[in-house]
Amino acid sequence: MRAVTYLFVACLTLTPAGALAAGDARSDAKAQVDFGISVAQKGLWKEARYRWERATEIDPTYAAAFNNLAIACEQSGDFESARKAYEKAVELEPNNLQIKQNYDLFKEINDRTNRAPDRQ
Amino acid sequence: MTARTALRIASSASVAIVLAGCTTFYEVPIETPIQPKLDISSFQRVLIAGFISGGSDEVDANLETVRLLRSQLRTKSQLRVIEADVLPLQDVANDQPRAAAGDQVTADGPAALPDRIRDEKDLQSYERVFANVDYWKRIGEEFQSPLIVTGTVLFVPHQRSGFVTSEREVYDRFGRRSVVPVRTYMERKGFILRPKFVFIDGRTGTTLYAESFREEILYNAQQNTPALSSYFELMDRLVPSFLSTLSSQKIKGTRVLLK
Repeated sequence: MRAVTYLFVACLTLTPAGALAAGDARSDAKAQVDFGISVAQKGLWKEARYRWERATEIDPTYAAAFNNLAIACEQSGDFESARKAYEKAVELEPNNLQIKQNYDLFKEINDRTNRAPDRQ
Repeated sequence: MTARTALRIASSASVAIVLAGCTTFYEVPIETPIQPKLDISSFQRVLIAGFISGGSDEVDANLETVRLLRSQLRTKSQLRVIEADVLPLQDVANDQPRAAAGDQVTADGPAALPDRIRDEKDLQSYERVFANVDYWKRIGEEFQSPLIVTGTVLFVPHQRSGFVTSEREVYDRFGRRSVVPVRTYMERKGFILRPKFVFIDGRTGTTLYAESFREEILYNAQQNTPALSSYFELMDRLVPSFLSTLSSQKIKGTRVLLK
């Protein structure tokens, strides 16, 4: 039993401070994401965008925050920011099907708007 | 700590990890605004002047396109739609002096315009009418300098045969249903619609913007679909793109928010 206790103490000692800080950052970012979702569901997209921007600043490894930010950018017609946010979300979680699906739907609209016309 | 207790703790931990991995998501409706491709803030009125059309005899693509675009713009644009007779642009192109339209007159004389427009090549020779700045300026003055929409519309019958992949339901000996792709050789017929919309500044007679589209539809060879319904089906696909040139549009959709 004493050996187990020593092991536990050793683990705690060796845990990098950065990891704990990252955990704090994620929970702070998550709070922003949650609030953003609740206001977006009420149609307050500007506030939601602000919250998700904050979340991505707090935790730049949080794929869901980038995904949500991309959606808010789409809703406001800011396609360039939406594309960047989607690309970051996909980069962070390449196997997340929901992010991929959102990104595909966005690309469909973006391609349609950017289709090169016969300009005179 | 017994081995059983340790196992129980480990299994609880793994369940917790799996649950944490299952991201919570919320489907939300969104409306994506699309900015107009053309700045039309200096125009209050729009004249759908007419189109040079060809292809199928079953549909008067000039008249139908004018009617359809006018009705769409009336409801989905801020511009006031001018009600006027459709311009007989084919006759205008025939009558106008070649030099005025920017054609080079050779020693053999300019090439005559085809009487009947059957394909894109025939249609191309008529396109010089859009470069006749004086003509469009005159039309603009007549209607108090509106934005003029004109162009060409080719609506041609089309046939194609080849392998088509479809899905078929199959049941195995246990009665389980599955869907398998099946490739079948089919003869199909339909139509191709190739409109080109030309936007002209009624104050100067110059072309502001032009955009071409191509849509096709194919049916089973046994199916008898009227040409006019095919025309409307194909135009339905293009109208949002046409409208997005003149006015901002909102595309409705859904996205998934993640926690």
